[in-house]
Amino acid sequence: MLPILQVGPLAIQFPGLLLLAGVWIGTSLIDREAPRYKLSGALLNNLVFLALVAGILGARLGYALRFFDVYLGNPLDLLSINPNTLDVQAGLAAAFIAALVYGARKGLPLWPALDALTPSFAVLAIAIGLAHIASGDAFGRATDLPWAIELWGERRHPTQFYETLLAAGILAAALWLRRRTPFSGFVFLTWVALSAAARLLLEAFRGDSVIILGGLRQAQLAGFLILASALLMLHLLARRATVSGPNG
Amino acid sequence: MERVNGWLIDRRRWSLLSGLILAASLGWIWASAVPADATTAGRIPSPREGFLAPDFSLETLDGSMVTLADLRGQGVVVNLWASWCPPCRAEMPALQRAWEDYQDRGLVILAVNTTFQDSLPAAAAFVAEHNLTFPIPLDRSGSVSNRYLLRALPSTYFVDREGVIRQVVVGGPMSEATIRAGIEEILQDTR
Repeated sequence: MLPILQVGPLAIQFPGLLLLAGVWIGTSLIDREAPRYKLSGALLNNLVFLALVAGILGARLGYALRFFDVYLGNPLDLLSINPNTLDVQAGLAAAFIAALVYGARKGLPLWPALDALTPSFAVLAIAIGLAHIASGDAFGRATDLPWAIELWGERRHPTQFYETLLAAGILAAALWLRRRTPFSGFVFLTWVALSAAARLLLEAFRGDSVIILGGLRQAQLAGFLILASALLMLHLLARRATVSGPNG
Repeated sequence: MERVNGWLIDRRRWSLLSGLILAASLGWIWASAVPADATTAGRIPSPREGFLAPDFSLETLDGSMVTLADLRGQGVVVNLWASWCPPCRAEMPALQRAWEDYQDRGLVILAVNTTFQDSLPAAAAFVAEHNLTFPIPLDRSGSVSNRYLLRALPSTYFVDREGVIRQVVVGGPMSEATIRAGIEEILQDTR
């Protein structure tokens, strides 16, 4: 747990730095992956860049909408460099829409593009785990297990380490699978299914779950729905591929 | 891979496999369900979002005593600062303006001076220079800075009416909107 890295007079927010490194390493994989799927690396890079910019803008605007009166009085503060004043859901939605619109206009085939981006997503998932290790976020529930860590006033499950290790395993699986992919979308959907299953599994050890419906963990239900959708889509895509020929 | 593809295409085999995976998932969700009060958030004191703000009692610059736990029912902004820290100086006028606008709605600002690493005359001069009218608790021993895991100046904690930290801003200066949005959030009555 090292939230701030002191380099001389500079206090660097270490979790943010790790996320940045994840984005950087992740995007640097795109140029290697794109040719496998006969896609333009430049186009995919543009898409990711656009999605990142849209994500940041959307996150800030979403936050400003929540506190509309405050930002109406201080409109220039929309530009302030502060990660606290971002709305994550709004940012994700904006990034998603921007990527979808750009991809459609450039005629990018959806499933091959997602397959090509999967190693980048998987690297980012590891970076998120490492950022959680640095910040102490996404912490575990209290336990007496010998590998428990002292954090936020209790001995807890080291969920940040579980998360990072599983993400690393899933990256390895994705890299292995992409050499043997039977149809477009297989690598991406398998990664989605594995990631959803991992979240579903690990959420049980978290100490910061959002609880709904009288005791169920919200993230597990979301993971379940995503896992079920991915399993169904795998089946549908596999059938479509056989109907339209072995390389369809 | 041919065999995997065979499983994927065969509706019965894939339904069976998916059904097993999903049934196991549901079982796991059920097994790891918890009563609504099983998350620790909001009950253990720790200087982070979602936890109870660690309590402190300090003497203020004007000689009175202030205790954080006595301020339940009001939103509290705890700001740790020093007179030699440029971003602290930069954000203080915005805190004063926010205090003037929000104190009627139940806001308290505790600008805790990190006296153990500042000089008392310099701190007092700074407060006079900026006409700061909110309480200035003095952390002479560093115990409060310690309890709040102070790593960068300024550090600001937005504490809601129930004493739970809703936002932590490390570093500064905070923009006017950042301060006011944080205050709006802690002054909301319901969570």
